[in-house]
Amino acid sequence: MKLHRIVRGLFLILFLGIFLAPPWAMAKRPIKIGSFLALTGPASFLGDPELKTLKMYIEEVNEKGGIDGHKVELIYYDTGGKAKEAKDIVKRLIKKDRVDVIVGGSTSGTTLAVIDIVQRAKVPLISLAGSIRIIQPVKKWVFKTPHTDRMAAAKIFEDMKKRGITKVALITGDGGFDKSGRAQCLDLAPKYGIEIVADEKYSNSDTDMTTQLTKIRATDAQAILNFGFGKAPAIVTKNVRQLGIKLPLYQSHGVASKKFLQLAGKAAEGVRLPAAALLVAEKLPDSDPQKKVLLAYKHKYEAKYGPVSTFGGHAYDGLFIALDAIDRANSLDRAKIRDEIEKTKNFIGTGGIFNMSPTDHLGLDLSAFKMLEVKNGDWTLVQ
Amino acid sequence: MLLDQLIQFLITGITIGAIYALVGLGFSLIYNASDVVNFAQGEFVMIGAMSAIFIYGAGVPYFVAILIAIFISMFVGVALEKLAIEQARNATVVTTIIITIGASIFLRGAALLIWGKEIYGFPSISGDDPIKVGNITILPQSLWIMACTALFVFLLRYFFQKTLTGKAILACSFNKKAAYLMGIEVKHMLALAYGISGLLGGIAGVLITPITYMTYGAGVMLGLKGFCASILGGMGNSMGAVIGGLILGIVESLGAGFISSGYKDAISFFIILLVLFFRPAGLFGKTGVERV
Amino acid sequence: MRLVGLYIFLAVTIGLGLLFPDNYYVSVVGSTAFFHIILAVALNLFMGYAGQISLGHAAFFGIGAYTSAILTTRFNLNPFVAMSAGAMLTGALSTLLARPILKLKGHYLAMATLGLGIIVHIFLVQEEWLTGGPDGLSGIPPIKIASLVVDTDIQWYFILCAVSAMTIWISLNLMDSRMGRALRAIHGSEIAAEVLGIDTASAKAQVFVLSAVLTSIAGSLFVHQQAFISPDSCSFAFSVELVTMVVLGGLGSTFGAVFGAAILTFLPEFLVHFEELEVLLYGAILMCIMIFLPKGVFVSAVDGVMHLFQRRCVRDVGSS
Repeated sequence: MKLHRIVRGLFLILFLGIFLAPPWAMAKRPIKIGSFLALTGPASFLGDPELKTLKMYIEEVNEKGGIDGHKVELIYYDTGGKAKEAKDIVKRLIKKDRVDVIVGGSTSGTTLAVIDIVQRAKVPLISLAGSIRIIQPVKKWVFKTPHTDRMAAAKIFEDMKKRGITKVALITGDGGFDKSGRAQCLDLAPKYGIEIVADEKYSNSDTDMTTQLTKIRATDAQAILNFGFGKAPAIVTKNVRQLGIKLPLYQSHGVASKKFLQLAGKAAEGVRLPAAALLVAEKLPDSDPQKKVLLAYKHKYEAKYGPVSTFGGHAYDGLFIALDAIDRANSLDRAKIRDEIEKTKNFIGTGGIFNMSPTDHLGLDLSAFKMLEVKNGDWTLVQ
Repeated sequence: MLLDQLIQFLITGITIGAIYALVGLGFSLIYNASDVVNFAQGEFVMIGAMSAIFIYGAGVPYFVAILIAIFISMFVGVALEKLAIEQARNATVVTTIIITIGASIFLRGAALLIWGKEIYGFPSISGDDPIKVGNITILPQSLWIMACTALFVFLLRYFFQKTLTGKAILACSFNKKAAYLMGIEVKHMLALAYGISGLLGGIAGVLITPITYMTYGAGVMLGLKGFCASILGGMGNSMGAVIGGLILGIVESLGAGFISSGYKDAISFFIILLVLFFRPAGLFGKTGVERV
Repeated sequence: MRLVGLYIFLAVTIGLGLLFPDNYYVSVVGSTAFFHIILAVALNLFMGYAGQISLGHAAFFGIGAYTSAILTTRFNLNPFVAMSAGAMLTGALSTLLARPILKLKGHYLAMATLGLGIIVHIFLVQEEWLTGGPDGLSGIPPIKIASLVVDTDIQWYFILCAVSAMTIWISLNLMDSRMGRALRAIHGSEIAAEVLGIDTASAKAQVFVLSAVLTSIAGSLFVHQQAFISPDSCSFAFSVELVTMVVLGGLGSTFGAVFGAAILTFLPEFLVHFEELEVLLYGAILMCIMIFLPKGVFVSAVDGVMHLFQRRCVRDVGSS
């Protein structure tokens, strides 16, 4: 009986506490960067480096005195990769935390889910997710930094064409990234004279893909293309070798991290994938304008957390595009910040050199992607 | 060529099926002893695997690491019984389901704190070079999985049919009060059942990680499939869980191979539904008599 | 007397809505809480009253949601027409499935409903041409009542408040009807109920369909409120969450379901501040509540209070 009373009392206090919480005291107003990331769940390997990057650089900016005297404050929540959570969180960021800019959305699904909200609330959003649907058609308040899945597909097909491959077997997972990548591949393939001879699927939580690959082995495909992220592409890579399939294997930019090399081990030899130059920063010629930025980011991140992935790099790009825009706007007016983001020119980021415009809210072209091949357990540039 | 494909599909199916069977066996065991469906079974698998990865990573020899890891998941099983299930003796079926769901979330949360969100791999027992017979390939680890599953199925069978302790656990499941009156320490027996179940989970985890990798959240799917296996076979019949697991794995693989890889999970659930419509207590389960 | 709880519910929720129309916890989280309340009360009809279990109610939610989303965006149908279509589709499907599925008991029933939920979920993920795949459908139009377009959070708050109140009212009334008595008898002992001449199969089927249709309507409202739907929102995990709400509050009690839904909506909002500890704490709290209050928070609390006052009306309130 006592316990019941205590439990009820606790809830009463909890509810009162929530409703009577005092608003933030405002002195010299900090710049509030809001973020919603997949910190748990299957996409947490995206959200994790993104958050680390955001925290690390916001700390650095604040140590240097902030932007125009404003400190920068990061307010972030975990979406678990779920669209519904993302919507609630973005509403919370806008309504309760009253952020100036939102940098985030680890996955395309979560970003697409919140577009309506930021458009209506007129808050600039820089997404860290891949799908081309985020910026096409152009939405006034929505920008993004990672290369699109369509660019990845184009880059892969370009490389295949160079090697004389015309018949490709596609194998993809059931996540948003996989599905969207698959759609872009199916759409683009004819433009490169490539025929998709198999279109196999797996579930991202699957433990074995040999069945699908056995089917692919029986086709006349000249190469296998796997669009996916997480552990599934590593299993696919291992299964391909296990079945003794000698065809060239292409992966997407979704596996562009050291983790993939570790997991797939020897099986990853010869795998090709399009990725941002970050993974091969040291191997770039000194004349490359990106090299300095890439090395700086890589060293800073690796000194603190371990191997970089391009995902954290997207957060770096998003954060500094936003901060530069605020700096140029000399104001915390959301509309002015938005206009300045759109005017981003020659911003050298980890993903490439960004040139945004009213019709292009990404500002990267195919040259931002490098084709990499795994050799001796490391990335190498394909010339 | 088609025959080659079929055999390859079957090998894949049996490998996956053996994993489901091991997890399903754990479900069945706990259900046998305590009428509880333990939705944290998948987390036992995850904890076994993660512990092995980290203990091995810390420089402990391979098999010692595996042994310690299996011991850890066994300990988690006993702890779950002592700290949660035993405390809620008079709870209804639905309440215990929620308790075990709570436990699975808790264990996942603990794994997240201890091991983080990374995906981990673990070396195979005897290398990664596939064994080839003509066009058909099989990983040595798959053979290990099948062999260990078979071994533990027989050990458990022996344990329950021939040893006094095993029989005592079974007695608890038939009638706790009667078992208690017969001088059986019901509490210890339940803890033992959970311990064995944790041990089975741990073994499954250690065996599959070289093939499937492991993350803190991977237990959910494995637990779900194990639950399917034990239901398909018939709850409370441990051999049923094994056969249920194998059928499930083979149906998945053949479904993906011959019908649609996108719908393979839907196909296996559809088959389970069909089976239940015609046999409401699973393939080998006895339709119980309800006491009024 | 029976409706006192409902009046209190209305007074509290309307009061909060009027006092704090712009508070995030009221308008946004509150709206989510109403959805959960509708769903939990609907599920409680099936689980709590009839003593069954369903781990697949998210499927009905998804069917309602997607039917509304597809019909309003592709065919420009009126949201209410689409909502009825979704409800009818769910009604037809659940009627069809009721007999074979409800033959099953306990864990087997859990398995069957779980399988159903997962099959629907896989369909939603795979059929991209129809459902938009894992990224879902967006740009769903808001609903219009007369000439008022409902699209602000606080407008939704009041609409959902009204719908929740209606659902609670249905649930409370059902309990005292002939149907409700039949269901309680089934809950007690199915065989005994049958011996008493109750058509148990039909009673279970009816309440299953009712529960499914209410769930589907909530799904339809959800897509219009969110202007977006993706398979995440109707996953297996969501089904489990709904069951948890019902059991946490107190199985078989309408206000138990309301309470459970409210707790599980606000708890994560609160736990968010613990960051990495969030998952662990959530699981621990869930376990502790169920271990120490196995009848559910609300029912245990009511029982406790009633015992304190030594009143005789324990059963009236405790079980309604």
